[in-house]
Amino acid sequence: MNNKTILIVDDESQIRKLLEINLENQDYKVLMASTGEEGIHMAASHQPDLILLDLGLPDINGHEVLKQLKTWYMKPIIILSVQNSESDIIKALDNGAEDYLCKPFRTGELLARIRNAMRHAEVNNHDNKIQTGLLSIDLNTRTVSVDQEIIKLTSTEYQLLTLLASNQGKVLTHQFILKQIWGPSFVEETQYLRVYIGQLRKKIEINSNDPKHIVTESGVGYRFF
Amino acid sequence: MLKSPFKSKSFVFAFCFSTVIIVSTLFFFSVGFVGYHLVALVLLMLLSVFAMLFDIIPVISAAILSALIWNYFFIPPTFTFHIDNAEDNLLFFMYFLIASINAVFTYKIRKVHKQNAEIEQEKNVLKLYDTVFNSLSHELKTPVSVLITGVETLKDSEAVLSEKQKQNVLEEMDIASNRLNHQIENLLNMSRLESGFLEARPDWCDINETVNSLIKKLFNSDEQNRITFKINNQLPLFKLDAGFFGLILFNLVKNALQYSASDKKVNIAISAVESSVLVEVSDMGNGFPETELQNVFRKFYRLPNTKTGGTGLGLSIAKGFTEAQKGSIKIENRMEGGAKVSFSIPTEVSFVNQLKNE
Repeated sequence: MNNKTILIVDDESQIRKLLEINLENQDYKVLMASTGEEGIHMAASHQPDLILLDLGLPDINGHEVLKQLKTWYMKPIIILSVQNSESDIIKALDNGAEDYLCKPFRTGELLARIRNAMRHAEVNNHDNKIQTGLLSIDLNTRTVSVDQEIIKLTSTEYQLLTLLASNQGKVLTHQFILKQIWGPSFVEETQYLRVYIGQLRKKIEINSNDPKHIVTESGVGYRFF
Repeated sequence: MLKSPFKSKSFVFAFCFSTVIIVSTLFFFSVGFVGYHLVALVLLMLLSVFAMLFDIIPVISAAILSALIWNYFFIPPTFTFHIDNAEDNLLFFMYFLIASINAVFTYKIRKVHKQNAEIEQEKNVLKLYDTVFNSLSHELKTPVSVLITGVETLKDSEAVLSEKQKQNVLEEMDIASNRLNHQIENLLNMSRLESGFLEARPDWCDINETVNSLIKKLFNSDEQNRITFKINNQLPLFKLDAGFFGLILFNLVKNALQYSASDKKVNIAISAVESSVLVEVSDMGNGFPETELQNVFRKFYRLPNTKTGGTGLGLSIAKGFTEAQKGSIKIENRMEGGAKVSFSIPTEVSFVNQLKNE
């Protein structure tokens, strides 16, 4: 049993209904709001463990709702958006959204994202080892190994990998990564990012052309698994 | 029809008047040999030619001018507008009448012709609209009716369905909803193109990765097995709009898969040509009839006698998004059979990815 509560903020009653069925089926408690204002109220009064927020709301712009929520709400917010709106998505992620989904989405994908976000919210950052598949990273000794074989990374590659790995499952935007690793004046230098991601994949992926650890979110950023 | 200077009204007037004056001048010096009656006939002929080519007002004006010239310079007594015998008076009157009737009738005939052509064109537009509407409503209504029927089948308490039958119904509904989604995406993209507000936002892009993840994300496993794409690690980074690029490639590959047999491969090849990226999508289908090649990028165009499915938007979307990035696209039949669509997009390139690791 998980007694987690999820708040759905979406103006389409059919979407709310289907999400409710699917989430309740997974033993989540479900709250629903059809407007941005109602959503903010319910978030304040019920303190849900996660919020699914549609960007296209009738009363307040979804970005505005996100901004207001982020001033005090510390748990994950997943954005629901329409397709072909990478700039919207990037804006929401940079404003603190945990993740995003493009409508129409598959239920399986939604549930996986919710689990990811919940897990991410719980992870204690004092864990000094990250293990996923054949890849393991030891933050104490700064060693990275694939299938128990230690691999050599440059210092930039190591920083990049640990940044991605400590946000496992979460999409990080290009700008965020560039700012964290190279500094604020490098946020436009996406070509460096491409190059380093390429090199890193060659070292840590079984098949660098079919990456399983560092996955591209086209037009948005990268996600580590 | 007419060359461009003839579209200008003042040019037409000048042309008619100067022709009348030149011809009259030529005859003025030779009237002694030919007689002034012949001059009238030649001028009438000239007016008939004008009537066939130009609007009614310049033709009537030319008729008046030529009548006056004929009267003043040719009908005796010359250099007066006076006519002193009844026969010449009658001739002058008839000249003017014939010229006017000529102008009016020819003008009317041309007007009817023009109307007919317009009606014909309207009919063609209607026909195109019909075709588009038919294929579109077919494409949208088929999946919708599958969904409605599927839901009813599952809801119907009377129907006793085996677990396997239920699975089949759900499978069909799944296919239908994906098809619906695809068609709606197509229509939305088409309207994005038509809106004219489309702006490419180029960013550095590792093309091998872009293509690989596109194949993995947008095609099912049967389709993936038919797609061949050889990674080329010598390629530079390209600065282009990955979203636009993906839409073009997706539509070309989807099209190639759809219109070649299910056991035929579709190959994607990418190369850097000067400062542009060149992508070639080849299939092993039947190719296109040579006469149809120039039409395939037209909106809603579908090859005659193709199986149902598809709205004829895929290739025109590919063309639209290529041109939105100042690129070019072409299609040809391959010597080995099948068709090859290639598009190239001018882009900045960067070879930083080829540098040795620090």
